[in-house]
Amino acid sequence: MARKLPRKDVVIIGLGWTGSILGYELAKAGLDVVAIERGPWRDTATDFPPAYAPDELRYAVRLDLFLRPAQDTLTFRNKMNQTALPIRNFSGFLPGNGVGGAGVHWNGQTWRFLPTDFKLRSHLEQRYGKAMLPDDMTIQDWPVSYDELEPCYDRFEKLCGTSGKAGNLRGAIQAGGNPFEGWRSSEYPTPPLKQGLAATLFAEAARKVGHSPFPQPASNLSEAYTNPLGIRMGQCSYCGFCERFGCGNYSKASPQVCVLPALLRFPNFTAQTESEVTRINLDSTGKRATGVTYVDTSGEEWEQPADMVLLCAFSFFNVQLMLLSGIGKPYDPQTGQGVVGRNYAYQTTSGVSIILKDKVLNPFIATGAHGMIIDDYNGDNFDHTGLGFFGGGYMGAGQTNGRPIQTRPVPKGTPKWGAAWKKATAETYQHGFGLSTHGSSYSYRDCYLDLDPTYKDRFGRPLMRMTFDFHDNELKMSAYLTERLAEIAKAMNPSEVSAHPRKGPYDSTIYQTTHNTGGTVMGSDPATSVLNRYCQSWDVHNVFVPGGASVFPQNHGYNPTDTVGALAYWTADAITTRYLKNPGPLM
Amino acid sequence: MTTATRTLLAASSAILILSGAAFGRDKQSFDQIGHGRYLTTLSDCAGCHTAPGGAPFAGGLPLQTPFGTLVAPNITPDTETGIGNWSDDDFVAAIRDGRGHNGVRLYPAMPYPAYTKMTRDDVLAIRAYLATVPPVRHNVVANQLPFPFNIRLVMLAWNWVNFTPGRYMPDPGKSAEWNRGAYIVQGPGHCGTCHTPKNLLGGDKSDQPLQGAVLQGWFAPNITADQHKGIGQWSKDDLAQYLKTGTNKWTLASGPMAEAVTHSTSQMTDADVTAIAAYLLDSGAGQSTKPAPVAADDPVMKAGAAIYKDACSACHKGDGSGESQLFPRLAGSSLVQSDDPTTLVRMVLHGSYAVATPAAPTGPGMPAFDWRLNDAQAAAVVTYIRNSWGNAAPPVSADTVSRSRAQLAKSP
Repeated sequence: MARKLPRKDVVIIGLGWTGSILGYELAKAGLDVVAIERGPWRDTATDFPPAYAPDELRYAVRLDLFLRPAQDTLTFRNKMNQTALPIRNFSGFLPGNGVGGAGVHWNGQTWRFLPTDFKLRSHLEQRYGKAMLPDDMTIQDWPVSYDELEPCYDRFEKLCGTSGKAGNLRGAIQAGGNPFEGWRSSEYPTPPLKQGLAATLFAEAARKVGHSPFPQPASNLSEAYTNPLGIRMGQCSYCGFCERFGCGNYSKASPQVCVLPALLRFPNFTAQTESEVTRINLDSTGKRATGVTYVDTSGEEWEQPADMVLLCAFSFFNVQLMLLSGIGKPYDPQTGQGVVGRNYAYQTTSGVSIILKDKVLNPFIATGAHGMIIDDYNGDNFDHTGLGFFGGGYMGAGQTNGRPIQTRPVPKGTPKWGAAWKKATAETYQHGFGLSTHGSSYSYRDCYLDLDPTYKDRFGRPLMRMTFDFHDNELKMSAYLTERLAEIAKAMNPSEVSAHPRKGPYDSTIYQTTHNTGGTVMGSDPATSVLNRYCQSWDVHNVFVPGGASVFPQNHGYNPTDTVGALAYWTADAITTRYLKNPGPLM
Repeated sequence: MTTATRTLLAASSAILILSGAAFGRDKQSFDQIGHGRYLTTLSDCAGCHTAPGGAPFAGGLPLQTPFGTLVAPNITPDTETGIGNWSDDDFVAAIRDGRGHNGVRLYPAMPYPAYTKMTRDDVLAIRAYLATVPPVRHNVVANQLPFPFNIRLVMLAWNWVNFTPGRYMPDPGKSAEWNRGAYIVQGPGHCGTCHTPKNLLGGDKSDQPLQGAVLQGWFAPNITADQHKGIGQWSKDDLAQYLKTGTNKWTLASGPMAEAVTHSTSQMTDADVTAIAAYLLDSGAGQSTKPAPVAADDPVMKAGAAIYKDACSACHKGDGSGESQLFPRLAGSSLVQSDDPTTLVRMVLHGSYAVATPAAPTGPGMPAFDWRLNDAQAAAVVTYIRNSWGNAAPPVSADTVSRSRAQLAKSP
């Protein structure tokens, strides 16, 4: 029997980017807020000091900051006629754990989606005809436009201090920036990072081939910065320990660095760590949440009553809690009816490896969002007529790291182990480089999340089941993008080049990204979405999912964090300016 | 209204007036109470008399002095365990002369040698404010000193040697701002309690005011305007910003100063922090002799340089310039170059969190390196920091680091 705690105005499930942003905005509005976080408290100086933060074995190989499957995991299968099995070691994607969530272990790549991405279906139908879209492709328009979200993107980038060069300032194309991007109301808060040799050579080659390279937008700061919350951030040291690591010198944006110092000053905010929410409680009508139930590490069960429940966990766990709590109709792929778990999507990445024998590349001078990029082949920036696919992605020379254990480029034909391999890695380290594409992943009728019929977690709750495979559209897209990238690679005059387009089937043991999207999709129609345009549940008005990637109707050719942060501000505004005045359905 | 009630009311007003007269103050005086509340902040009473998370002024945490443990007592108006039954004169005597209720001698952990500079009006204003805080019944055993220091009469002799009672006398040759700063620094702000070197008896070395002293495992740095050992390179704005926010382009407050910033200086008026800056930057000016730096090709310096590059430069930068309001500047820092390396060694071994204030909420942390650097390595990097980028200070030995390590292991 759960012990009942005193009522709060707001309970937040998960203290990552969205949880900390909503916590700050709602505590500032005077509400009594508690955030319940499954994992431990994490603080820069204590948990990832520069004295040992750059420990590749501990963090990148042994995955110290990530969720342990023994605590929570999911089951996986490619096809609906297969039996899903539990993931016992995360490797294809890496859900975070603890305060800061994915905002701790991300690379810092801070991308806005394209204006046309937000009206994807209507745009493609209008330009290419409805008949051109595959029948089982379930992409849909977002319920918000780029123009509406722009001020929120701007706020999140100012929170992070993002470094970059604008390519479009209020409609005026800027030299040196991304000419394809949506308009920006202001320049990036800090100038672009300095680039390494490989990225510089890539940019020269891309220009030669007729493209428009620009520095990747990075929340690993090029210079010290004070954000609008008064919090000070440091300059990136280009150490190359970003993804899978916490940043020890306050230069990679994270909830710890950018929000928590200010949030924790509010006496009306508390955080309850090492406690996992097991369900959202509803009243007898099923139309109103009464709070949540959670379990602490001693196995004690607590009921936290609250007037509002904000689901700010990682995407899988948002979907799982909605299903376990009976909020929204579960998606049924047979009938296409139902919404919770629908439109799970991912990312379609690929690479081109090159060796530049006569160049010394110093790949260890890097940051998670380093690099020169082109956006010519993203979204609908290029004509898809006759290509046989839709979608695209950015591509370029992103130099996230040159860490010694996992950075081992070798020429083609090198044995996989032994003396020859050792010799080749020693010879190639300074000359090998990986270019990459970061492609979209559109949604399909047979790609979804539901509750596993067999496997249960330690509380006896069904695990989340993922059913996902690459579709022809994505594989063709990847092949096309990889060819274009290889053309630029060749213009760099490499001594060796090999292209690796993405191939199916999807393999959950090979790491690509942790950009798992969809399942609690936001939309304009309750028949095809879980949330309305304010990220509010259609069914239970005091439950919001404020912008985690689970609200994406499909995934586009960019990293999700900037859009996640923007939607957090979008939702916070809807709550503070509208919902609090008149609690009820906003649509 | 009946005659009886009217008489009763008149009688009680009379009593109020009488008691007001007896305490020499008007309990209704909002101005005096407000002034007292501000002076309580200026004097940082809560810094010692309020335990973290405890009721305001109901008694503090044990204070470790070189002579033993003292606990700041309950100064709420509770009549039994607080100061509710003290007269105004009792209060003034305690604050300014170290003579408590019934003549009990206070220990100078209570900074009466500084508070003696305060005007009677200011002291009574504090008294008026403290009379309004909620009375809390909390018995504090203040004197936990070992023999013979636990004998309070010892303080009679101590006072005779170390204590000069007397009010602050304004210097007519200086500006009103300077005099206000001097009054705060010498009186309520009691800066010298930490920053003035002490003699063997724990009394101020009054010929070396504010030139730096060790307490509680920290070196409270020289805060005179000395260009090399003090803060003479700071501008008035730098110092005012530091007091107000806990940080500036040179450094960040941590340790006991973080507490002083939190409870006191960050809540001072802009005029008062500027006045303090005006006074401090006009005191003890000059250039103390800068020693010749340890040569860069000294083996210890070379070892220190390598450790610095590996362990420190990511934040403090290769040239020791640090980052304004985030990572203290080491080049030119008087704390780094002070003769006593206690704080610098402590920082390297144990690290510390900087203060977080409403105006500067970051509160960054310096991580501990005690698990990673042995005594010789820590000594080398500290010696390197003290003798690079224009810095010059005596080398620090491995023995010094070793003693500091042992000391820190004992302290919380």
